[in-house]
Amino acid sequence: MNTTELVRKSHEIRMALLRMIHRGKAGHTGGALSCTDILTVLYYRVLRVRPKEPGWMERDRFLLSKGHCVEGLYCILADLGFFNRAELDSFGAFGSKFIGHPTNKTPGIEMNSGALGHGLSVGVGMALSAKRDGNPARVFVVMGDGELAEGSVWEAAMAGANYNLDNLYAVIDRNGLQISGSTEQVMALESLEDKWAAFGWEVFRCDGNDIAALCDAFDRMQSSKEKPKVLIANTIKGKGVSFMENVAAWHHGVPDDNQLAQALAELESQREAFACA
Amino acid sequence: MRITASVGDCRVAFTQTLLELAREDASIYALASDSRGSVTLGNFTKELPGQFVEIGIAEQNEIGVAAGLAAMGKKPFVCAPASFLSARSLEQIKVDVAYSRQNVKIVGVSGGISYGALGYTHHSTHDLAVMRAIAGIEVYLPCDAAQTRAMTRSLASRAGGAYVRMGRGMVPDIYQKEAPFEPGKSNLLRNGGDLTIIAAGEMVYHAMEAAKRLGEDNISACVLDMHTIKPLDEAAILKAAARTGRLVTMEEHSRYGGLGGAAAEVICGAQPVPLLILALPDEDIIPGKSAEVFAYYGLDGAGASQRIAAWMNQ
Ligand SMILES: [Mg+2]
Repeated sequence: MNTTELVRKSHEIRMALLRMIHRGKAGHTGGALSCTDILTVLYYRVLRVRPKEPGWMERDRFLLSKGHCVEGLYCILADLGFFNRAELDSFGAFGSKFIGHPTNKTPGIEMNSGALGHGLSVGVGMALSAKRDGNPARVFVVMGDGELAEGSVWEAAMAGANYNLDNLYAVIDRNGLQISGSTEQVMALESLEDKWAAFGWEVFRCDGNDIAALCDAFDRMQSSKEKPKVLIANTIKGKGVSFMENVAAWHHGVPDDNQLAQALAELESQREAFACA
Repeated sequence: MRITASVGDCRVAFTQTLLELAREDASIYALASDSRGSVTLGNFTKELPGQFVEIGIAEQNEIGVAAGLAAMGKKPFVCAPASFLSARSLEQIKVDVAYSRQNVKIVGVSGGISYGALGYTHHSTHDLAVMRAIAGIEVYLPCDAAQTRAMTRSLASRAGGAYVRMGRGMVPDIYQKEAPFEPGKSNLLRNGGDLTIIAAGEMVYHAMEAAKRLGEDNISACVLDMHTIKPLDEAAILKAAARTGRLVTMEEHSRYGGLGGAAAEVICGAQPVPLLILALPDEDIIPGKSAEVFAYYGLDGAGASQRIAAWMNQ
């Protein structure tokens, strides 16, 4: 997909996930919107996956370590044809396999997540296995910024560098917020770049809500060899909906009928404005 | 069944068997957290470095990495002290192994109170309780070297998450060279009509010793080797309860939530009989070698037989 198509797709995904959260009456709205552009660029441009062959051994592995932002991932996997889109209507319903965190009962999802600080360790294991087997698969792990307070993230960061896992890509959805407020007030993370560099990772930074910037960052990351790579993607929690942007309360806020209508109208007009530009 | 006088080390039996299996199956991996020495993985690391992963002192990462390896088709055996695996990395075991249905075998060595005077930080007297409460984790305790070999082969041949706890150092052989081992199927080691002692791990030897002493007092005890704590051999426990009318459990574990608790869960509704739980008290364990500690708490053959006889005569 080219940049224009990706931008349109990211709007579609935002609208779909908001409808899903509204219908299911639960979801992590703010974070789902902040990482929508990251997931869109990954799934429609970067990842080598086969929706009709989810078990393909050489597929790239994707791990949503910030599992609470699964809504966008569900919408993307449905859109790509990993499963029937109508199945998503059961999101949040009794007995549905589409719950508030990813599980590998869903085709296209590798691992169950939801407890934070797990994804990068699993990614290290996958990347190490691929490397030792000569499997060209690469591993992409999306983490939240609040999640980085988990010590296990840094255990995994050490191991990734120790084993020179140049097939391991971490992406940090750096929206600056977590449930209690600003990350810097809750538990200061900066300088994040220095931390990852000191742990032996090659660090990239970009505007994580700018599709073109994300494409460029992933291109640069993929052409770099030898070290594990991390992209610090600066994002806005609640991105795309004026009254949700940068409001910590939308961490798991659910839009009511009026709020949904307003949010969809905003996203629609953004999409049209982009199409005209 | 005859107890032989010889001894063996479960850790060595495990790592030797794992190495034999890994030579034939390149998907078998061993992971260590700066624990290759204490686990006795030295030969494995030298001979099959491509199937070994050193994680450093980071047990959470160790389990997560193992789950990632398993998701790629590997058969990882995570090897580290039981105390750390069963506490520090518990959430990774729950989420990355059990909930995510990954084929990871978690082998806790130096388990129970076998680290002795190193103190409670190094003891795992809670591990059976926590592990058996996690959906999707099987729990095993080998009692000697021969059983450890059979158990290791069985674990390598089957998918799924499992926790195995063994001690450190030499333990008396219970079995001959070939131990019968079927997951979830306990072994009847000794027949008797007055009560059944159900034991697991190193306690099996002490249960046999206790049964022998009880025999001298004309109390005839069955002994069941309950090597699989989960899935528990409920049929054998119910049969023993019905047949002998009294049960005793012996375990190197807290009296809460271990083998005794598991046996109680089975019998209380279906076949209620008096049950004596011989286990460790709810306190810091006194420092000492296993034999000294077991003797202190009445968990060796002499102490257990006295407590059982007193209970029978109440
Ligand atoms: Mg955040």
